[in-house]
Amino acid sequence: MSLDTETTPRARVGAPRGKAFLSLFKALGRGWLRDRSQVFFTILLPLMFMVLLSSVFGSTGGSTPRVLAVGEVPVLEGADPDDVAVAAAADLDEALALLREGEADAAVVQDGERVLIYPSPTSSTSGAIAAGEISALVDDVNVEVLSAAAPGEPVLTAEVEEADGGALRPIQYLAPGILAWGIAISGVFGAAGTIVDWKRDKLLRRLRLTPASVSTFLGAKVSVNLVVALGQTAVFLAVAALVFGLELSAWTWFAAPLVLLGTLAFLAIGVVIGGIAQTGPGAAGLSNLVTMPMAFVSGAFWPLALSPEWVQWLSYLSPMRYLNEALQAVVVYGEPPGAVLPQIGFLAVFAAVVAAVSWKTFRFDEL
Amino acid sequence: MDAAIEVADLRKTYRGRRTGEIRAVDGVSFRVERGEFFGILGPNGAGKTTTLEIVEGLRRPDSGTVRLLGASPWPHSPELTGRVGVQLQASAFFEFLSAKEQIETFAELYGATRDRAAEMLELVGLAEHANVRCEKLSGGQQQRLSIACALVGDPELVFLDEPTAALDPQARRNLWDLMRAINAEGRTVVLTTHYMEEAEALCDRVAIMDAGRIKAVDSPAGFVKGLDAPTRVTVAAGQLTDERVKELAAGEAVTADGAAVVFETRDPRKLLTALASDGALEGLAVRTANLEDVFLHVTGREWRA
Repeated sequence: MSLDTETTPRARVGAPRGKAFLSLFKALGRGWLRDRSQVFFTILLPLMFMVLLSSVFGSTGGSTPRVLAVGEVPVLEGADPDDVAVAAAADLDEALALLREGEADAAVVQDGERVLIYPSPTSSTSGAIAAGEISALVDDVNVEVLSAAAPGEPVLTAEVEEADGGALRPIQYLAPGILAWGIAISGVFGAAGTIVDWKRDKLLRRLRLTPASVSTFLGAKVSVNLVVALGQTAVFLAVAALVFGLELSAWTWFAAPLVLLGTLAFLAIGVVIGGIAQTGPGAAGLSNLVTMPMAFVSGAFWPLALSPEWVQWLSYLSPMRYLNEALQAVVVYGEPPGAVLPQIGFLAVFAAVVAAVSWKTFRFDEL
Repeated sequence: MDAAIEVADLRKTYRGRRTGEIRAVDGVSFRVERGEFFGILGPNGAGKTTTLEIVEGLRRPDSGTVRLLGASPWPHSPELTGRVGVQLQASAFFEFLSAKEQIETFAELYGATRDRAAEMLELVGLAEHANVRCEKLSGGQQQRLSIACALVGDPELVFLDEPTAALDPQARRNLWDLMRAINAEGRTVVLTTHYMEEAEALCDRVAIMDAGRIKAVDSPAGFVKGLDAPTRVTVAAGQLTDERVKELAAGEAVTADGAAVVFETRDPRKLLTALASDGALEGLAVRTANLEDVFLHVTGREWRA
């Protein structure tokens, strides 16, 4: 294994670009797959959120109000079991105790023409819904009595016609939002953590002194992140569809380019954070500081219409809002890609601006 | 044929908000011939690593020129980086990869074969740890893997930046053998260290660096010879009469206290022969001048590595 530099001047130039890219992609991808915390963070955490949020939103309004009849309550006799579930209670004390324990949503006592309603003290929402149902029953009885007294008098009736073939079930609303959030956190935390790691382990510095160029290495790193985002999206949508009954539209495939574009935007944010932070915990803290408000004002977890006006204004600045809107449009409502061009435009501009900022502010000699 | 390294008048100043101006490298010039084992010796903060990083092409100097194997390290060219191997102070590895996967990745980047990668792992004594994840390797093993990655591209010139720092004495000796072998294969080796005995044991020539400047360059033996310092010979007290001590000193310096007699002589052979024939060798210690004395002489301050 001797070498003679006098007689054999070597003109080796290292691996060609494509081969170097593949080597780096393989090395970085392997590292990602072996990092259990990363796998948990990108794949399992969003799924856990989906379980949690869908059970929270699914329980309110979903079930029929449970009403306790204390003694004889004639007004409940005409109740449709689909609207109100009626159970009997021996006396008012027992009924109130059951209400406090959350076993029922309201208790009713009827004394001749007076119908007394005791809504649940523990859950005001379900109590109010139960009280509303009982009021409606009282109105029905009144209408009957009055119509019998004055048969010729017309009365108003209200009917509910559901728009869009029925209200969105919670999963249809939540899935795109949680997916957008999952893409956001893996992009921001991933990039910020990686940059801080590089500051510590000087891997980039070492690679700069190999025949492979830095741009090849960065390209491989970003590619790993993009592939991860696609995998994350596929797993998430599959679980949402198969386990939670999310109905996927024919345009669902267009989620792929949306997620890729979103990932680029969030990676750029992460690079800015990684440039500022000096330690792993610092990077995680700053990433939270950025992603939490971004998620809360994005309308990903609850409708923006329910938020105060200033939140709605702020939401225009959150890239998550646009990713969420676009994903919801193509995956849930089945709108064609042309319908989400404004969202795509915003994400692209956002990614470009943040990338430019990170390029300008980044101090490469720290790596 | 070009020299392995030619450096002329490098300067680099850092401006920190709190620290003010720091002249990390302040007019450094040196030349390393092909096949040489060249050492840069100096205490921490002397500017060794910054100098090395400029020469490797990681940093740009404020002024001055660098030629590596006849070419400029800036801008980066695969033609040059393919002929140079580097080991940096921090062990730069891909996370969660085994030693084998690590060196195979580097082999691919340098266009070297898997066999070459396996051979290098063997050379640094990590063959039986091939499947151990990098973060699970000991400090010495990580340094050796790092050196294996530096060698995998079959470089003509190898930079080693304090490879033995923070290693235990046994691991350090093992690395010395490895470094000697690398140089014996005909590769030019440039080593930075703050261990005197390391520079003395390994280097053909040593540059002594302090406060951003190279104070002197010579071979370890040349340095010591140039000092013209006497050899200190110590024996336990009570074996020689005062008159005999005076006689043996032959006009050169001698100090005696209750415990020991210390001669400072320029003819140690004659003195030692006389002491042996007197049977006065109890507690014998012979100390010649070393690079520590040279450092004191060259910089005017005590060595504090």
